[in-house]
Amino acid sequence: MAKREYSFYPGCSSQKGASSSNYLISVQTMCEELDIQLNEIPDWNCCAASIGYAGGGELPRLTLSARNIALSEQHNPGQDIVATCAACWLSTREAQERLHEDQSLLAECNTALAEAGLKLKGEVPIKHMAEVLIEDIGYDAIKAKVKKPLEGIKIAGYVGCQTNRPFGIAGESFENPVYLDKLVESLGGDSIPDYEKKVQCCGGALAFSEPEKSQEMVKGIIEAAYDHGADMIVTPCPVCQMNVEVYQDQINATYGTKFKIPVVYYSTLMAVAYGRSAKDAALNGQIIPAKQLEALAAK
Amino acid sequence: MGDLNQAMVEKYRSSFLKEVEANVEEGEWVKMCMQCGVCAGSCPLGKHWEHSPQKIFMMIRAGQRDAVLQSDSMWMCTSCYNCIVRCPRQLPITHIMHGLAHYAKRLGLAPKTNPTAKFAQLFWDNLVKKGRVNELKLGLSLYFMNGFGEGVKTSLKMKDIGLGMLKTGRMNPMEMLGGHAVKDLSGFQKAIQKAQELEDARISKHGA
Repeated sequence: MAKREYSFYPGCSSQKGASSSNYLISVQTMCEELDIQLNEIPDWNCCAASIGYAGGGELPRLTLSARNIALSEQHNPGQDIVATCAACWLSTREAQERLHEDQSLLAECNTALAEAGLKLKGEVPIKHMAEVLIEDIGYDAIKAKVKKPLEGIKIAGYVGCQTNRPFGIAGESFENPVYLDKLVESLGGDSIPDYEKKVQCCGGALAFSEPEKSQEMVKGIIEAAYDHGADMIVTPCPVCQMNVEVYQDQINATYGTKFKIPVVYYSTLMAVAYGRSAKDAALNGQIIPAKQLEALAAK
Repeated sequence: MGDLNQAMVEKYRSSFLKEVEANVEEGEWVKMCMQCGVCAGSCPLGKHWEHSPQKIFMMIRAGQRDAVLQSDSMWMCTSCYNCIVRCPRQLPITHIMHGLAHYAKRLGLAPKTNPTAKFAQLFWDNLVKKGRVNELKLGLSLYFMNGFGEGVKTSLKMKDIGLGMLKTGRMNPMEMLGGHAVKDLSGFQKAIQKAQELEDARISKHGA
């Protein structure tokens, strides 16, 4: 199979020593197996995520994303941009659409970009990695590569917010997306299509500024997964992953619960199901170890 | 900032709605709200705020300028986009909330003690410095944003989480020294500064 090439926007949290560096490692492994070549956008910058709006007005924030798109158009011409982070994807696609609709904003944006010697055309499609998997690769091809089915592992597909809204994945509903469930089934695992908290907000960036409010929501997300008998939770979003995994001790202390459920990325599952090592799947990045996946990877 | 606020008050004395339409991101959508309340029922932080988006939109039309711009409700937006996808008239509600929060901040009217208003500013300052977010510095600035004493307490409370992140390679103490950055930092900063100047000039002109 010929390699598919994409212009890759990894995002701040995926960098070495950052909070979702494990996500990037498992994505790289997954892409090797699927013959996907990721060409990193040279010198990309932060997208301002969904919380940069206090200090950053509309135009400065759009300019952040516009710089990334312009760099991609210049260095990786003709390649769709793909992001693995939900917020990166959302900000970039949002900027692209808004600048496309508003010519005066686009003109101002290009005046700003000229300071860095760049110009935005803004014609390239901007995708989330989940779209690449589902729309460009397809479930059949994903399934065909499985060497170690995730047999007997029950996995709650936690889609969260920003991979799902406002853009979402084509053909999926905002209220009850099932693509993670289909993916889990394709990998031989047991899905929970009626996991009712699949699109519940985890608090996003407010996990930092309003921890009590956020953790109350995360408690519901985890509780529902346990109620369905889930062994682990899978998510496509670095913020969801972090918020649902790392605060479990604090939630236990607040609510008297005994949560200890691993939260993994879809790419973690795929790397293991494709027969790759624990290291290639970045299982060492789990604060709450995914022991069933470790055992499978060691087989 | 105070001057800009005064200028806006005088300029738009007859209509806060017009002020919002001209100066707030996606503000031109406000009058499209049909007051159905789906946004209010869809917000995950619904039980915590005083003013739902629906209320905010009606207050804008009713000219309740101070109550809107001083509200902390917009600062409770988690950017979950539930309101956007459910709004029957397709108002970009999330963006309007961000826009109102930013405009309140620009005019110096944002609530001073709201933790998200503070954190959101820290996030922006952090990313502009190097072009990429430095998570370690961002986390520490968050813990210490309410002073040293509280900072030490929060740091201790967060110690186990930090250790977990450290052990799994998801946090790097070396980020304190410089850390990740874009290579063309000067070009990056010039572009962002220019964007800021253009936007400031546009908004100041409206107040003139």
